[in-house]
Order: sequence, then structure tokens, then C-alpha cells
Amino acid sequence: MKFKNFIKIFFAILFVFVSTHSYAKTIKWSMQGDSLTLDPHAQNEGPTTQVSRQVYEALVTRGLDMSIEPQLATDWKTTDPNTWVFNLRKGVKFSDGTDMTAKDVVFSILRAKQPTSDFKEYISTISDVKEIDNYTVQVNTSKPNPILLNQLSNIFIMSKKWSIDFGATVSQNWDGGEETFSATNAMGTGPFKITLREPNTKTVFERNNNWWGSMKDNSVSEIHLLPIKNSATRVAALLSGEVDLVTDAPVQDLARIGNSSDHEVVSTAQMRTIFLGMDQAADKLRSGNTGDNPFKKKEVRQALYQAIDIEAIKKKVMRGLSEPAGIITFPGVNGYTQDLDKRLPYDVDAAKKLLADAGYPKGFDVELRCPNDRYVNDEAICTAVVGMLGKIGVNVNLFAQTKSKHFKELKEDKGDFYMLGWGVPTLDSHYVFHYLYESDASWNKVNFSNSEVDAAIRVMEGEVDLDKRNAAIANAWKIVKDDISYLPLHHQVISWATKNNVDVPIRPNNEPLFRFASFK
Amino acid sequence: MLVVSFVSFSLFNFVGDPINNMVGEETSDEERAELRETLGLTDPIHIQFSRFVVNASKGEFGISYQLRRPVSELIIERLPATMELVLISALIALVSGTLLGVYTGINKKGFLSDFILAISLLGVSLPTFVIGILFIYLFAVILGVLPSFGRGEVIDLGLWTTGLLTVSGLKAIILPSVTLSLFQMTYIIRLVRAEMMEILQTDYIKFARARGISEKSINYKHALKNGLIPVITIAGINIGTLVAFSIITETVFQWPGMGFLFIQAVQFVDIPIMSAYLVFIAFVFVMINFIVDILYYFIDPRIRVKGDATSG
Repeated sequence: MKFKNFIKIFFAILFVFVSTHSYAKTIKWSMQGDSLTLDPHAQNEGPTTQVSRQVYEALVTRGLDMSIEPQLATDWKTTDPNTWVFNLRKGVKFSDGTDMTAKDVVFSILRAKQPTSDFKEYISTISDVKEIDNYTVQVNTSKPNPILLNQLSNIFIMSKKWSIDFGATVSQNWDGGEETFSATNAMGTGPFKITLREPNTKTVFERNNNWWGSMKDNSVSEIHLLPIKNSATRVAALLSGEVDLVTDAPVQDLARIGNSSDHEVVSTAQMRTIFLGMDQAADKLRSGNTGDNPFKKKEVRQALYQAIDIEAIKKKVMRGLSEPAGIITFPGVNGYTQDLDKRLPYDVDAAKKLLADAGYPKGFDVELRCPNDRYVNDEAICTAVVGMLGKIGVNVNLFAQTKSKHFKELKEDKGDFYMLGWGVPTLDSHYVFHYLYESDASWNKVNFSNSEVDAAIRVMEGEVDLDKRNAAIANAWKIVKDDISYLPLHHQVISWATKNNVDVPIRPNNEPLFRFASFK
Repeated sequence: MLVVSFVSFSLFNFVGDPINNMVGEETSDEERAELRETLGLTDPIHIQFSRFVVNASKGEFGISYQLRRPVSELIIERLPATMELVLISALIALVSGTLLGVYTGINKKGFLSDFILAISLLGVSLPTFVIGILFIYLFAVILGVLPSFGRGEVIDLGLWTTGLLTVSGLKAIILPSVTLSLFQMTYIIRLVRAEMMEILQTDYIKFARARGISEKSINYKHALKNGLIPVITIAGINIGTLVAFSIITETVFQWPGMGFLFIQAVQFVDIPIMSAYLVFIAFVFVMINFIVDILYYFIDPRIRVKGDATSG
């Protein structure tokens, strides 16, 4: 009898073991960093949004192809340039089973506007949010805002009742070191809910059975996020099968991962362009030897541009994983065209001639400042540039240092010649002009200033007629490209590495959407 | 410790600006200045330092810039992971180091002795992170028997979290603790070997042999006992070194301890964590030296006799 019982128990255990294996399938996801807080309005930052996006949803969202799609709102219209009306999706429930209504939407948008929220600047043009009825919301803006939908795609909707019950009606004050329930717990309308949260160690996402949408593959039942800081360890964990997906696979290991028969690597252009800036305002270069500022002359800037062999950098430094760039913005951003992205040809002789015409036949000395831990192979790119510029007689002294010092000194106007990278989270050219080209803009360290471009930026901010607005963007791009105010290098490429049997579509913003994940 | 905190504090002037890491690219210069003001970074350095010392003496190290939580809380949370790692590897180093040291001390010429010494030389000459990566590659990627990162399942005992009570936790601690212990182990092997070789030449061993006491008893009871005194002293002091060395091991194995916290803090210019950690390490060293000095008194009868003589 004892033996029979034993057999029964044994088979019961075996059955449970086997059955869980066939139905519940987990994707183990690893990257370098972790979400800083689960409060969806407290930090506007990469990994934080990546984690929140699995749990929370917004009125509209960006699909796999990065275009704006309906999410919690089914459709919307503008009744006048400052008034938007959103019709909400009916039958949406939070993961605790309560209905999502206009009250929650109004509450969440107002919550994101509070002083402690990291999104208050981001949606500063929203002046008012009103509930029209249970499933209609009206949003008012203080001035016409052509990129409101872009912005709303990052404003996550929380449950008003849940927030009141758990004392989370105000966004967590991240800068003040506040600890709130909402920072360690998440409850949204999205496809997953978080059931375990150990910051920097493990986060478990389980399926939200109340979700309104449908998964691409229903067997994807759990996601485990296991951050691993050291890139070699991260790759080892992938190769040993402890991790299924790495969303920041290091360039130097891609070939090895690709060679493994159990793994594959996918790459796509990332939303970041790397470029060099040259201060054109200083009367005398701080690190120069000519007593003047050669960068003031367009010929000199063009000479440097044409002396850089970007294909060689792509091949040797980036191992094929970069897209040479002609402007500081990338495919998918409103205002980008392939024509603008064409580079001036690489031509050492032409560069030498330009330099001689500008009055520097023997070249000049300058210091190139680079970060060494910010962008993919940043220091190696700079080293390559130093060699290339040496060929036309420009004697470049490389000064590479950690990002916290590089950016600080850049901000203090210490650089003549520097490397910078720029991403465009709004996917609209305005973001680039506003920070890099507008007179006295905070990152305009080349000190570019052009009244026509400034005027075009005003149009981008206030014009809701998209044709007129796009014309202003195109014109502004033409002006700055002709001026060669910066030396664009390339668009970064990101790579994800996965196990063969797991498919998670790669996206340019590096954000996985596990509702589109599947097992092969 | 005051000196350590002052040195570390002045170093932080050179590590960069934390503000840039804390805010996005789009933050305006005014907002940056405001944040700098609230963090007290605009005050002159001596005011920042005296504020730090006053708070530290109360056990307050401020709030981490990066994780936005009190530093003392973060350190206490990470302490068990580091302590378990350090103690296990100290144990491995001590036990296996002593055994191998005795073996190589007795069999001076054998092939196995040469082999152990050659391997132990690798232990000191290869940097810890290389050994760690090699171990990961061998045991996790190729053989697939041990996990490559993390601490496994952890049981919360209230004040202390332990990974030593679960299978996955035990499996997870093997690679990092062996990696960390290699340097120490080599040290101890060589020390015990030298001691053994010296002691085996001494007169009392020769007398013991003459009296016909078994080799085993001579080696382990008489010789080893005397050889262990310096080993214990060195091992004690080196526990402090292990805590410091664990920075690299923890980074390679994603071990959620204090060293890992420190590395992340350095990259982020998280000054409160960095200063608290350095002060803590200084404290550990001071305490261990103190304990070792006391142990000396108990282990070595000569010190005790001398102490009694002077006091009497």
C-alpha cells in the first residue's frame, strides 16, 4: 500500500512537472540596467519605461513599426486647434478587475502634470483635461500642439481607485528620495502584471487575465527580467541558456552569439545619431596653435567632413553595425529624408585643397573631446577620426574620459571639438532643432545661430497645418546641412540576441513588446 | 577613518558631475542649477565635508543619487550577500589552502606538488575577472552545471537574507566564492608550505621522530599546530582584503552585494554611496586588525607571558 501511494505521488508530481512545462512558458530577459521605479510618472528614462510599458497602457501607443496606433483610446478628433476629444475603448479592465473609465484617464494625465512628476515639462502644453462622459475625454492645450499624440503615447494610465487606496495619488518624488507604494508595485491595464519585484535582481511579469487585447502567442505566460551589469557575464548567461533574450548585446560578442547554433542576433537602426561638434563662436581655439578659430570657416568644416572615411569606421570600428549619417536624425523621425541623409563624399585631396583655400595649408592643432563609456565604441571612433584628420594635416589630440566628466565639461564650454550623440524620443525633428540648433539652446555647443532656423523652430512649435509645418522642417534641415555646423558620423545600430526558439520583434527604441513575442 | 573619509571626499571632486547622470539630455540649465543647489553641491568643499562627517557619525550617509534610497539602508540590504560570499571563500581558502600547503610541504618533490604549486601561481597572477569569466565559460556555458550569475533563491530571515539554505543559492555561490578565494588560497598554500618545511627541520621534530612517533602524528599534530599561528593572523587580516576584492568578483557574477553597489555608484558618480562604502571598508579593516591583535594574545603563548610579566 505504501508503495502504491508512492507511485501515485510520483506520477502526480511528474504530471505537474510535465504539464507546467508544456503550457507555461517563460521568457527570461536580460539587459544591463533595471527600471528605477515602477511609478509610471516618476522617471522618464529608458529601462524604466520599458518595464512600465508591459504593465501600463496609454491613450495611444507606438506599434511595432513605431507609428502611432490607438490603445486605450479608439479614436480622436480635434474640434479646434487647442481641443482634442478622445473616445475611450470600452470593456477595458485593470488587472484587479475594475473597469477603466474616463475618470482614470483624467486622473492619470493630471497626475503626470504634478510638480513631482518627471513628465510635467513633457506635457506642459496640456492646460486642462475634462471628463465628458464615462468613455469620452477632452484634452485642452495652451497653444496648438502638433506632437500631442507623440507625448500622450508615454503618459501611462493608472487606476484612480487603486492610487487612492494605496496612497499613490501623487507621483513619487524621485529626486527627493521618496518611497511610495506605487514605486514598488504596478497595476495597469496592460498585458502583464508584476508579481515579484527585487530591484536590480529579478522582476517577474505574469499574464494579466483581464487584459482586453490578444497575445500573439498565448503560450508566453511569464516574463522574467534579470539585469546583468557585466556584458561578458550577460553573454555567458545567454549562451548557457539561463537567459532567452538580451536587449543590449555587446558589439564584440555578436559574431560569437551568431555562430552558436542555438542563438540568433537581430539588428536595427537605433534612435540615436553620433556626430562631432566644432565651436564656431570662440575667437581663438582653446587647444589650437593658430591664434584664431579655423572652425569659423565653412571650408575648414567641410575639409574635416570629407577627410573622415565613415565606411572604414563602419567596417573596422563598428564591425558593420552602423549606418553612415548625413544629418543628425534617423529614419522614422518626421522630417527625415534619405536625400538629406546622404553624405558628402570621402575625398582626402578635396579636403586638403579646402583647407589650403581657407588659409591653413599646413593644418592646425586641436583637441578632440570624447566620452569613453557612453556610446557604442565611442573612444575607438574618436581614435579613428584622429588618424584620418592627421592625413590632411590637422593634428588632433584625443582627450577621452568618462561620460560624467565629458558632459559636465561640455556644458561648461570647455570643448573646441567634441563628440555627442542625439536621440529623438518624440520622433519629430523639432526635438533636434530645439536642443542642437536654436540660438543659445542648451546643447548647442557649436554656437550655431541663424534667424531663419529660429523662425522655422517657432513654426514647428505652433503650426498645426502639417504641410506648412513640414515645409518649415525641410527648410531648416536644408540650411543646417549646407552650413555643416556639425559633422554627422553615423546612426547607431542596436542588436538583440535571442535563443532560437524565442521571437521578440526588435524595435528602434530598444523597447521590447512582449505581447508580440512568440515561441517558434 | 577620518583620514579615509577625507581622502575619499577630496577624490570625489575629480570623478565628474552627478547631475548629468541624474537628468535627461533635455533638462534645462536652470533645472540643473536648481538640482545642484538642493543636493548641496554648490557649497564649498569644507562645508560639504563637515556636513558629511557630522551625519556619518550619526550613521546617516544621505540618500543615493542614483537609487534614491537612504544609503545606510542600501548597505544593510547588500551586506548579507557580501558577507556570505566573503566568509565562504575565506573558509575555502583556509581549509583547502592548509591541506594543500601541508601536502606540498611534506612531499617537496612529487609531481602532484609541482602541479599544485603551478596552478596556485596562476591563481595569483591571473586577474580575478579573467578567472571569473573563465569559470563562467567552463562551468556555465560549456558544461552547463552551475549558474553564471546572481545569488539564486534567497530566504529572508528578517534582518538577514541568506542564499545558503536553498539548492539554487548554494549552486550560485560556488563559482564566485572559489574565484574570490583563489588568491587567498595561493597565499595560504605558500605560507603553510614554507612553515611546514621550516618546522620539519627543527630539533623537536627530530626528537619526535627519534622517539618513534608516527609520521602522521608528527605532521598534523606537532608540526601543523605550530605552523598555523602565522596563517591565522594572515588569514584574519586578509578577510578585509577579501571584502575589498569582492568588488570585482561581484561585478563579474552579478552578485547583489556591496562591491557591486559600489561599482555602480562609481559609474554614476553616486557620491553618498561611494563615501559610505569607503568609510565602511575602513571600519572593517580597523575592526579586523583589532580582533587579530586580540587573537594573537590567545593563540601565541609568548605574547601572553610577556604581557603578564610587564603588567606584574
